Amino acid sequence: MSSKAYALYKKDLNSELRTRYAVNSLVMFIIVAISVILFSIGNEKITQSLTSGLFWVVIFFSAMSGLSRAFVAEEERGTSLTLHLIASPSTVFSGKLIFNLILVFCMNTIVAVLFSILFEAFIIRNFALFAVAFVFGNIGLAVASTIIAAIISKAGAKGTLYPVLSFPILLPLILTCVQLTLLSNQGADFEAAKFELAIVFCYDVIMLTGSYMLFDFVWKD
Amino acid sequence: MSNYSLQAINLNKTFGRRLIFKDLNFKIEENGITGISGANGSGKSTLVKILAGVNSPTSGKVIHIENGKEILPEKLHNYIGFVSPYLVLYEEFSAWENLTHFAKIRGVKFNNEKIEYLLNQFLLFDRRNDYVKTYSSGMKQRLKFIFALMHSPKLIILDEPTSNLDAEGKDSVYKIIDEESKSGIVIIASNEKSDLALCSKEIKLEEFKNHK
Repeated sequence: MSSKAYALYKKDLNSELRTRYAVNSLVMFIIVAISVILFSIGNEKITQSLTSGLFWVVIFFSAMSGLSRAFVAEEERGTSLTLHLIASPSTVFSGKLIFNLILVFCMNTIVAVLFSILFEAFIIRNFALFAVAFVFGNIGLAVASTIIAAIISKAGAKGTLYPVLSFPILLPLILTCVQLTLLSNQGADFEAAKFELAIVFCYDVIMLTGSYMLFDFVWKD
Repeated sequence: MSNYSLQAINLNKTFGRRLIFKDLNFKIEENGITGISGANGSGKSTLVKILAGVNSPTSGKVIHIENGKEILPEKLHNYIGFVSPYLVLYEEFSAWENLTHFAKIRGVKFNNEKIEYLLNQFLLFDRRNDYVKTYSSGMKQRLKFIFALMHSPKLIILDEPTSNLDAEGKDSVYKIIDEESKSGIVIIASNEKSDLALCSKEIKLEEFKNHK
């Protein structure tokens, strides 16, 4: 199954490199969002907790602008039926998930680097804690975004429905990741962050299990 | 007798309150060509999608059996070749790239000889490296046949197989259908008399609209 999922990821990657469906909108969104935040702050000094919140706000809305493409592009181009005919549901979900995971990691690394350069208050004092939170946060974000994209791809008002449906599902993850980012900025150790880490870890496991169980029903009309 | 068989048991399909078909039962055990006919909107495409495992019936079930064993739904795609006007291949790739990706995603060996034979049969060999978006509708239809046949499926489902094809294209399709029907089951959903003339058996959907 994994080689088939990887082949589907490669197909999506080649398709993305030619069509730039997701990457262009993601990059533009990141640039615009960070610019707007910088302009609105001006010379004001912002706190660490606010910077951590803004960091995940940019990540959340960037994800909303790009990650739905995994399934929406297939549905809009009419190639969903083709996918049905060449792969099992679990292969389709795994392939799309690998693509979204890599996209999320690349996108969020850029956001983290830009925040480190542009925001004085965004100083990571415990890098290991930040890295763990970043990895678990991104996995949760990619899994939840992929299954929600599969659900909304069949609906009419896809653009509106995606952030609306994602918000309640991603809220626990985003809130916990904001807290973990703040703790890593304050230089807290793992002991102080173990409760939040347990939440994001459990969130990822639940979302991953739930998504694989649900996807069969979502995928088949 | 084929080692592959297909059975539809009490198939019902409704969209909201609209009945598409009801109490549809049939079994196909022999290699050969079976037709599905019916007026526009009678549910031919819906039925073939259900047979291919893409859509679910409202009630009833379809069983695919190979060598006496029921094929699991998640493995069904490797046994089926499907052609229809609403099937869309990836326009940003060439024909060759499309077929390479499909073979890898299916997890089957990319059979160079077979692909080249099919590309020649469907008169696409010279255009194999061109993007699909540059193809005419007839060329896209011919490429769909290669997509359907490249993995040597046991069951070939053709929904309006000759739409968008010129006389030469139709001849290629009829020749291939004849060849494939000797080694597997072919189902054709169509209203074209020339398509249905190939069929040894016909399922008329109008008979399953108000059946008690």
